[in-house]
Amino acid sequence: MSTLEIKGLHVEIEGKEILKGVDLTINSNEIHAIMGPNGTGKSTLAQAIMGHPRYEVTAGTITLDGEDVLEMEVDERARAGLFLAMQYPSEITGVTNADFLRTAINAKRDEGDEIPLMGFIRELDANMETLEMDEDMATRYLNEGFSGGEKKRNEILQLKMLKPKFAVLDEIDSGLDIDALRIVSKGINDMRGEAFGCLIITHYQRLLDYITPDHVHVMIQGKVVKSGNAELAKELEEKGYDWLHEELGIEPETAEQEA
Amino acid sequence: MTVETKLALTEQDVRSFSKKMDEAAWMSDFRAEALAKVEQIPMPKPDKTRIDRWNFTEFPVHAVESATYESLEDLPAQAHELIDPDNHENLYIQHNNTPAYLSLSEDLKAKGVILTDIFTATREHSDLVKKYYMTDGVKVDEHKLTALNAAFMNGGVFVYVPKNVVVEEPIQVLFFHDNEQASLFNHVIIVAEANSSLSYIENYLSTVEEAKGQANIVSEVFTGDNAEVTYGAVDVLPKGFTTFVSRRGVTGRDSRLNWALGLMNDSNTIAENITHLIGDGSHSDMKTVVVGRGDQRENITTKIISFGQNTNGMILKHGVVKDSATTIFNGIGKIENGATGSNAEQESRMLILSDRARADANPILLIEEDEVTAGHAATVGQVDPLEMFYLMSRGITKKEAERLIIHGFLAPVVSQLKLEGVKKQLTEVIERKVR
Ligand SMILES: Nc1ncnc2c1ncn2[C@@H]1O[C@H](COP(=O)(O)OP(=O)(O)OP(=O)(O)O)[C@@H](O)[C@H]1O
Ligand SMILES: [Mg+2]
Repeated sequence: MSTLEIKGLHVEIEGKEILKGVDLTINSNEIHAIMGPNGTGKSTLAQAIMGHPRYEVTAGTITLDGEDVLEMEVDERARAGLFLAMQYPSEITGVTNADFLRTAINAKRDEGDEIPLMGFIRELDANMETLEMDEDMATRYLNEGFSGGEKKRNEILQLKMLKPKFAVLDEIDSGLDIDALRIVSKGINDMRGEAFGCLIITHYQRLLDYITPDHVHVMIQGKVVKSGNAELAKELEEKGYDWLHEELGIEPETAEQEA
Repeated sequence: MTVETKLALTEQDVRSFSKKMDEAAWMSDFRAEALAKVEQIPMPKPDKTRIDRWNFTEFPVHAVESATYESLEDLPAQAHELIDPDNHENLYIQHNNTPAYLSLSEDLKAKGVILTDIFTATREHSDLVKKYYMTDGVKVDEHKLTALNAAFMNGGVFVYVPKNVVVEEPIQVLFFHDNEQASLFNHVIIVAEANSSLSYIENYLSTVEEAKGQANIVSEVFTGDNAEVTYGAVDVLPKGFTTFVSRRGVTGRDSRLNWALGLMNDSNTIAENITHLIGDGSHSDMKTVVVGRGDQRENITTKIISFGQNTNGMILKHGVVKDSATTIFNGIGKIENGATGSNAEQESRMLILSDRARADANPILLIEEDEVTAGHAATVGQVDPLEMFYLMSRGITKKEAERLIIHGFLAPVVSQLKLEGVKKQLTEVIERKVR
């Protein structure tokens, strides 16, 4: 079993503090969901876990099985077992999806122990079939000209090929049509198990109807303000966030004057 | 300060060279007339690069004699790798200045296709060559360097595809250089008559560490009505050369001329690639990739001029500049008065890999007609940190991620080259140059 532990995390972007002390522990075989209003720092948390260059961690720790994640370069984090399905994946021209995936898989393996080409193709084909992706997506350039939904499926394809210990999925449901939502959810559910833990960032209950979370957290103004089980997500769906502000005595952001 | 043009050769010299190469008689006069002009006409003025201190006129010897190849097995390994093991029936090799190997399939011969060295061509296909040699394409008196090419021409090839002939397999031409004394004053003429099609692939390869001479290269391509020509080139000339290379196209009605140029020289280089879209409905697709390194200076001009109606010119240019190299991109889309319904598009992108490198992209649109469409995009920048983050977030190392992005950036030309060996070579040269 593995554990991803986040403690007292403060993160700034361009001098502005976004995360103001986040604590979160995720174990293998657990699915956590984070919800919360727009602009409260959910993506910031995701990017900080992966090591995005523009997000600066000013306090707190992130560890993976006791190892200091913040000390690692982005690629080292990935090879240590972290994965981030991005809210806005990049487009890389001239690099085919298949070449990219093979390079990424081999990056985790030792020299001389590269994945055999045939095995790779078989696995790729199988995963693309499950995700109902067009065959030509393998030979097209990475995300270039992909529709919003196609990009999201492609993130999940990478997840399935790379098999990380922990995945953070940032709004993987946005832009997906109804069928795709079901297909992508199945792709994620298939990974559930002893070797996999997951943090899902979403705005909508409909994704959680397919993937039942073990824990649900609410992030407001850069902090996890409430945690609960799957029922909490349903409550949020029904009532929105205002009642939480009241219940927890959170001032609206505008009242917080910047120096 | 201007370098004095003191020419190494006299009229006597060019005439006797012409005689030695057994050219058609008109060629001797043509050379002599060009030589007379050299002194009088100015150097070209490539935008944003001062070349008045570049030496375009001095070289150790005009032409060297090199070995011919009985079989491809005689080729040195580096050259041999460029030859496709299963697809080399249509192949011409020039060794320094010597026509060294020629093969053309029986089928193409029977259909009237011509592939021959330029000297023989002036003799055996005199009228044809005379019709196209520096007439409607590059002009002798365009500037000093074209006149020099005309006077000193010491190599090149003539390719002719008759009407309605479709050349299925590419025709490959290898200009192989392995003598540091040798200069290349090459002249290539490609004629594709109406309804024909051809894929031509040209390699400039040198095994010399540092050349001592000139590379002054002119190519002229003519597409007949409804013809289609794809011209692929990978230039890998070493430092020491002063390189001037002019590739010019003239299109007939509804024809298509595609260029895919991998400019991988290590020499200082002035390169121009120009298509004149003469025939209505003709189309030119111009793709160029460039890598500049060391203290190399390069000025790359790509230009498409629409004369005919409903013509379409597409320029795509990607360059990587590192070390203290300077690369200038001039992209010109011109639509002449009367070329209604034409379109001129261009995209220039440059990646700078070091603080000392200089890159400059100048897109220019010159539109003299109302009912046309045109557009350009130009960017100069570093490798996108977000792209790097994306790739590295999948476990790919920084170095490998950068490599992938750069190769991807230069892929548009690689993917157009129709011979595996040449594709592989360009990929490897890119690898070597950007490392
Ligand atoms: N470069 C930046 N400079 C200043 N503020 C920034 C910058 N980038 C992001 N922010 C701010 O950081 C805050 C948190 O953004 P983040 O993307 O983490 O929100 P989120 O919770 O993921 O929102 P959403 O639900 O809309 O995706 C936002 O208020 C955003 O405007
Ligand atoms: Mg977000």
